[in-house]
Amino acid sequence: MADKILVNGNVAVAHAALAAGVKLGVGYPGTPSTEILETFSAIGGHAQWAPNEKVALEVGIGAAFGAARTIVTMKHVGVNVAADPLFTVAYEKVDGALVIVVADDPGMASSQNEQDSRNYARAAGVVMLEPSTSQEAYDFLGKAIEISERWNVPVFLRLTTRICHSKTVVELKELSKADFEPNYEKNIPERVMVPALARAAHRRIVAKLHEIEAWACEAGSGMTEEKNGDKSMGIITSGIAAVHVYEAAPEAGVLKLNMSYPFPNKVVEEFAAKYDKVVIVEEGDRIIEKDCRMIGVEVVGKPEEFVFGELNVARTKKLIAGDGSPDAPTPKDRPPQLCVGCPHRYSFQVLKDLDAVVTGDIGCYTLGVMPPFEKIDTCVCMGGSIGVGLGLRHVLPDDQARKVVSVIGDSTFMHSGLTGIVDMVYNRPKTGHVVMILDNSITAMTGMQEHPGTGRALDHSPAYQVSVEDVCKGIGVENVAVFDPLKEQEEMKATLKDYLDNDKIGVIIARRACIIALKNLSQRK
Amino acid sequence: MSKKVTNVVFAGIGGQGVLKASDILADAAFASGIEIKKAEVHGMSQRGGSVSSDVRFGEGVLSPMVPEGKADYLVVLDETQVEPNAGCLAEDGKLITVNHLDVSKLQSPKCVNIALLGVLSNFLDLDVEILKNSVKANLAEKLHEMNMAAFEYGQSIEA
Ligand SMILES: Cc1ncc(C[n+]2csc(CCOP(=O)(O)OP(=O)(O)O)c2C)c(N)n1
Ligand code: SF4
Repeated sequence: MADKILVNGNVAVAHAALAAGVKLGVGYPGTPSTEILETFSAIGGHAQWAPNEKVALEVGIGAAFGAARTIVTMKHVGVNVAADPLFTVAYEKVDGALVIVVADDPGMASSQNEQDSRNYARAAGVVMLEPSTSQEAYDFLGKAIEISERWNVPVFLRLTTRICHSKTVVELKELSKADFEPNYEKNIPERVMVPALARAAHRRIVAKLHEIEAWACEAGSGMTEEKNGDKSMGIITSGIAAVHVYEAAPEAGVLKLNMSYPFPNKVVEEFAAKYDKVVIVEEGDRIIEKDCRMIGVEVVGKPEEFVFGELNVARTKKLIAGDGSPDAPTPKDRPPQLCVGCPHRYSFQVLKDLDAVVTGDIGCYTLGVMPPFEKIDTCVCMGGSIGVGLGLRHVLPDDQARKVVSVIGDSTFMHSGLTGIVDMVYNRPKTGHVVMILDNSITAMTGMQEHPGTGRALDHSPAYQVSVEDVCKGIGVENVAVFDPLKEQEEMKATLKDYLDNDKIGVIIARRACIIALKNLSQRK
Repeated sequence: MSKKVTNVVFAGIGGQGVLKASDILADAAFASGIEIKKAEVHGMSQRGGSVSSDVRFGEGVLSPMVPEGKADYLVVLDETQVEPNAGCLAEDGKLITVNHLDVSKLQSPKCVNIALLGVLSNFLDLDVEILKNSVKANLAEKLHEMNMAAFEYGQSIEA
């Protein structure tokens, strides 16, 4: 009998990747997806952090063009960054398997929005599987690889926070290995998306999706799962919502969509015909509901209240009862704070002393919004600090414009800060602009991951270290200064004041290691 | 006991070992051959925010999350987290908090999580040896002695 382990969904995916002989795992950190590649690497897989999700997907596409089994991991908002290659690789032929593992965060345990990746599957025309337990996360990675190789298409494996971070038992079954080795075969019509070729490719992918749908509707495909129940109510659901349904409505008939896109029309129609009433229980957007309506299946959707936050057993009961009243407010959790001794604190003190208007970014330093600093004024997306700061500089009256500072972390700078710096020197605001890079020499927010600026690879082995200051100088920033925000706080403040008061274009790098990263580093040694 | 599902919620502040305690209990249930599911909420836990974790074991566990008002045991490592989590406790549920301990009796305040597991073990129908082995399996060897002492101190407490 195969071994059994008690693991979360992320670890299950990593084990499945190893068992299926995945040649390359590439991604960018993001809660709740991060441990997939960390685990894959720790158990012997080849895994690497890309500077951002777009590059990660592109590297994954190349590997799959080269006939290798590949997984690409990211959190939901990462798909926004990777959306450009995503929509076009959907038309192209992959020779190996290309599985994009995306982790959604309904309820926003640690995200800036709760977007639903199922929309991307539909928008781009990419197959999507949705596990509801760690075992399914394991099994469905194997299924996703099979589908990807059989139809030569990319496939999404969609996880959510509760799949990623819930531990359930996984039997480490054997998964089928590829019966081919990486190899490049020229195929211009299916790989070069110029208009004439892309028109044909678009038709090809739509035809493939019809084929996949027909296969998913066959008994034995494992893409849908039905539990018989009392004739009075059938429930259609997917992902983690399914396990809540089993507990909340044990009497009901349940159709669980293991493949949620393409939508298994025939199975849904047949299921719905058996019940007096069909209720849709889905976390996030109303997607299954709309898909049912599209094919003329009459269903009861969820009240708007359940578009917000995650489901649990109690909310699922309310949803099924059609009770859309708001939940009793839960007592406030204690919000996170910058650690005592965090290097970011010294930089925020400087920004506060100079009464700066701070366009912020995403990372631990976003917590500079909390008292006593309250020195993050805007936060949109990774890399957004620089563009937003420049926009303000271009339109504000000079005395206000001179107060604007963009603040960005080192990992975020590598992710998507470079092009902002290019815009700063190219479309120089009249009053200049200053970017502060809070370089704590790690990706702290997501749990201490390496990045191109740390000089270490995903597995912490030595790697080339991209220099933040050289990059900025190379782009053409006239003033680049590096300070230790603790030991050189006064000097840093004076320099920032000089740049602001004198309409300079400048980058100030506040470099001091995250105290938790330092602790980890000393433990590794 | 494995007939009925036992629901345990651990709560505290990032850095106190909430997730460690829940992992130890989950592993012990798993090692005992009992059906088990475990959920946790951790986002930015290094920075002192609230952390909680649900452990459910027994026959026929479905959702990994303990439903509101259904926790048989609520184990709280930090006083401030009693109130925000009280709603998960069943009417006849048992609240076990750091206040049940005399923390000065521990070799380190870092052992509070393990001491509370010791207190909890008195109520559970789990083999204490399996639980103790799980404590060891989840901690570095150099920490075994002080945590075993903490566990046994917890066992001696009447909560
Ligand atoms: C597109 C996207 N990918 C990933 C994330 C997850 N994420 C949030 S902050 C962050 C990086 C933070 O690192 P850094 O900029 O170095 O700041 P630090 O946390 O170290 O202060 C990541 C990867 C995200 N929010 N958006
Ligand atoms: S984890 Fe590191 S960067 Fe984040 S708040 Fe703590 S010390 Fe600062």
